[in-house]
Amino acid sequence: MNRIQAKLQEDKKLLSIYFTAGYPSLNDTVTTIKNLESNGVDMIEIGLPFSDPLADGPTIQASSTQALHNGMTSSVLFDQLKDIRKTVSIPLVLMGYFNPMLQYGIEAFCEKCQEVGIDGLIIPDLPVEVYHEEYKAIFERYGLLNIFLITPQTSESRIRYMDSISEGFIYMVSSASTTGNQSGFGNEQTDYFKRIADLRLDNPQIIGFGISDHETFSQATHYAKGAIIGSAFIKHVTAHGVHELGKFTEPLLKG
Amino acid sequence: MSYHVNEKGYYGNFGGAFIPEMLYPNVEELRQNYLKVMAESDFKKEFNHLLKDYVGRPTPLYFAKRLSEKYNTKIYLKREDLCHTGAHKINNTIGQILMAKRLKKTRIIAETGAGQHGVATATVCALAGLECIVYMGEIDIERQAPNVARMKMLGAEVRPALSGSRTLKDATNEAIRDWINNPVDTHYIIGSAVGPHPYPDMVARFQSVVSEETKWQLKEVEGRENPDYIVACVGGGSNAAGAYYHYLNDPDVKLIAVEAAGKGVHTGESAATSVLGKQGIIHGSKTLLMQTNDGQITEPYSISAGLDYPGVGPMHAHLYETKRAEFIAVTDDEAMTAGLELSQLEGIIPAVETAHALAIFEDKKFKPEDVVVISLSGRGDKDLNTYIDYFKL
Repeated sequence: MNRIQAKLQEDKKLLSIYFTAGYPSLNDTVTTIKNLESNGVDMIEIGLPFSDPLADGPTIQASSTQALHNGMTSSVLFDQLKDIRKTVSIPLVLMGYFNPMLQYGIEAFCEKCQEVGIDGLIIPDLPVEVYHEEYKAIFERYGLLNIFLITPQTSESRIRYMDSISEGFIYMVSSASTTGNQSGFGNEQTDYFKRIADLRLDNPQIIGFGISDHETFSQATHYAKGAIIGSAFIKHVTAHGVHELGKFTEPLLKG
Repeated sequence: MSYHVNEKGYYGNFGGAFIPEMLYPNVEELRQNYLKVMAESDFKKEFNHLLKDYVGRPTPLYFAKRLSEKYNTKIYLKREDLCHTGAHKINNTIGQILMAKRLKKTRIIAETGAGQHGVATATVCALAGLECIVYMGEIDIERQAPNVARMKMLGAEVRPALSGSRTLKDATNEAIRDWINNPVDTHYIIGSAVGPHPYPDMVARFQSVVSEETKWQLKEVEGRENPDYIVACVGGGSNAAGAYYHYLNDPDVKLIAVEAAGKGVHTGESAATSVLGKQGIIHGSKTLLMQTNDGQITEPYSISAGLDYPGVGPMHAHLYETKRAEFIAVTDDEAMTAGLELSQLEGIIPAVETAHALAIFEDKKFKPEDVVVISLSGRGDKDLNTYIDYFKL
């Protein structure tokens, strides 16, 4: 069983953290992962930086620009992660835009992911239909789950289609938005969370975009299996570095 | 072989819609409706009426006698520079604003580089009474102040793109992010034949009036609809798409696409995508793209802000790959010289973008009986400062 699937079966709400690889410093990647795990984080999304991240707001854009400036590339990241599975056991998901993967070669990229111990991929600009027709077989060959995003505007039939070809979790984007662009959830969001929960999908849902503190984390996990925090975490490491991450995770989990 | 888009949104190996799920409903709504709306008789009537009485179409097909004598061939200029707002860009914005109204959108966003598309969008928004927000790179705002003032005067809000290199590519990113954040009431008027399907096809169709007119105009003066060559500059490729459109499947009409070589194709300061690019994804489209080996999009350079784009529309990538069009790269210096030459031989000051298309005659030779149509895509008023600086006028 894939580590993501095993984690999803645990009887708890999951905290997943996104960070940009190679940020704030090029060699912070492994330290960040280890410290997140030791502070009780359940799953990590490792962001492969891209020059033109269309779905991201200013915080993640700026961290991506800095990471690229620091020298981060696909090859550098795989090299940094080559021994990660000697010490880290929680699921690791790689999140990145499609073009860098396309240039690396999709098959070679997937093979490398499997080699270093990546469990899944989130590729915001790879449409579900294209994945299904052209790449699903390759991902499966290397034991990788592809995670699909849904938004409040995604139709039920489209959600059910994604659910039918997905074997991990559904990434629920909390509102029509780029990352890091919301503050708190209103009735509109909670109605949407409830509507999706009521669909009784095969795949559990994890909510992302707009989770920044204990309150939003609790709201999201009231309806979903877990929540993903990105921009708020990037802001934290920008200010405090990657060494004392408990200062970020503790108030979040305990309130 | 067809050079038009297929039902899946591809031109050969290029095109498609590589968009985040957040954009799917908007783009899908457009995809399902654009052909249907464009086929409605009311739509056609309103579009044609505005092109005639507001834009000033048909634009002349002008026989450039002195230019022809100099290069010993028959050169016709398709005078898109005479369109309202000074370039072909308005053909597309008129079409898209009518489309937006039919889709019941109340808020319009656009990206702009030099400001020509921004002005054309602000113009049609004023005409239609719709809110207009134009994203423009902070650097471009500084170097294109007159067009920024025009947009403001037309009632548009100009928002600086502060990310990345703060030029056209980043303005496009910001417009796309705006659309993600405003998925219901907003229509995004893309200015070139780029972006996710159906944009390249929709923009090409709105610009296709250029080649539609060329056909009957050439028939009147030359007794034949088909020229031997059509020449157009290509950044994203909207004027070329329009100039080629009705000739794409006529192999006897040779197509020439002129890209910006900047300071020289291999100097590291160039925008010659067909030479320097390889297949990749930019702004939702699989196309030829200037990028690092790691797949990061790189910064192009050209003296002309309108050709300063690291990609090219998927139709043109396909024309390049299939060799249907010949791609020629022209440097800043060659373009500026050609711009001055047209001014002094024909009394027409072209846009610096357009001047690239005029610069091919020094190297590319034509027969005396060849009929060569050049898309004179825009006028040079906006570029006076560039000409002044370059020639120390």
